[in-house]
Amino acid sequence: MVLTVGGTRKEYPAELTVAKLLEVEKVEMPLYVTVSINDEFVKREEFETALLKEDDSVEFLYFMGGGF
Amino acid sequence: MSFSNEQMTRYSRHIILKEIGVKGQKRLMEGRVLIVGAGGLGSPAALYLAAAGVGVIGIVDADEVDLSNLQRQVIHTTADVGRLKVQSARDKMEAINPDIKVNAYQTLAVADNILDLIADYDFVIDGSDNFPAKFLINDACVIAGKAFSHAGIIRFQGQLMTYVPGQGPCYRCVFDSPPPPDAVPTCRQAGVIGAMGGVIGSLQAMEAVKYIAGVGKLLTGSLLTYDALTMEFRKIGLPPKRSGCAVCGEHPSITEPFDYAPAVCEFQ
Ligand SMILES: [Zn+2]
Repeated sequence: MVLTVGGTRKEYPAELTVAKLLEVEKVEMPLYVTVSINDEFVKREEFETALLKEDDSVEFLYFMGGGF
Repeated sequence: MSFSNEQMTRYSRHIILKEIGVKGQKRLMEGRVLIVGAGGLGSPAALYLAAAGVGVIGIVDADEVDLSNLQRQVIHTTADVGRLKVQSARDKMEAINPDIKVNAYQTLAVADNILDLIADYDFVIDGSDNFPAKFLINDACVIAGKAFSHAGIIRFQGQLMTYVPGQGPCYRCVFDSPPPPDAVPTCRQAGVIGAMGGVIGSLQAMEAVKYIAGVGKLLTGSLLTYDALTMEFRKIGLPPKRSGCAVCGEHPSITEPFDYAPAVCEFQ
């Protein structure tokens, strides 16, 4: 299955959940990342169940705190 | 308002731009911007807005200048160490441009004062250094119907987005609530490359100038991210606002600003 993740198109295994994708992409602190699929926010409670499908476009949005 | 010869010269590189012109410069001179935080982001933002002739600029910060600030907070000098940041910042802004009025607020932005602080301004720049303040500024701006620029910088990365009432998601739509204090690196131990504040804080000033002059397209509904190591900018489209957002959604549960407990490391 081909997905666009963070602007890059790549091949991924089928039957991939958002939680699994976060793992595959080695996202640090996955509990505090906001995920959007095709311009829709994914609720955090749905990370374990939400399945990705062919051609989905996924973005990870990260907390960035400093203004220092 | 008519321009003096000196003003015509001072602002000539703005006035010659067809998007700005005399009309846009006049708008800037009648504009009012509040900068929360006179640090890494607030320093370049304050310098550029002062230079641009933004009529009234407010600057909010409770701290004094520390030697460890000078690697990135370019509005302060070695001689300012120990002085209040808002006074140090005001001196430089007035030195650049005696045309403008600078309001210095030596205080933390908190729930008790945030609505009063932003009330007199057209646009707010979030140059704060912690999540409680970032959520507070977002909530207050949503409640008061103010446009603002959010930004964050850490290590070699920075990002920013703009909120304009009725146009796209707010910061809380995207990030919901502050992460627990230890979950995400925020504080002094993480470090930040000095010029990052210059890049991102200048982009915040750019958004303020565009908003006030009424030109171009703002970063509403987008998050612009910058990675200095790979030298990549990405403008990430954000989903529309969340109808269930606690502050800007259809049935908001947050109807007045409130303070989150500050992160533990702020007390170190
Ligand atoms: Zn919202």
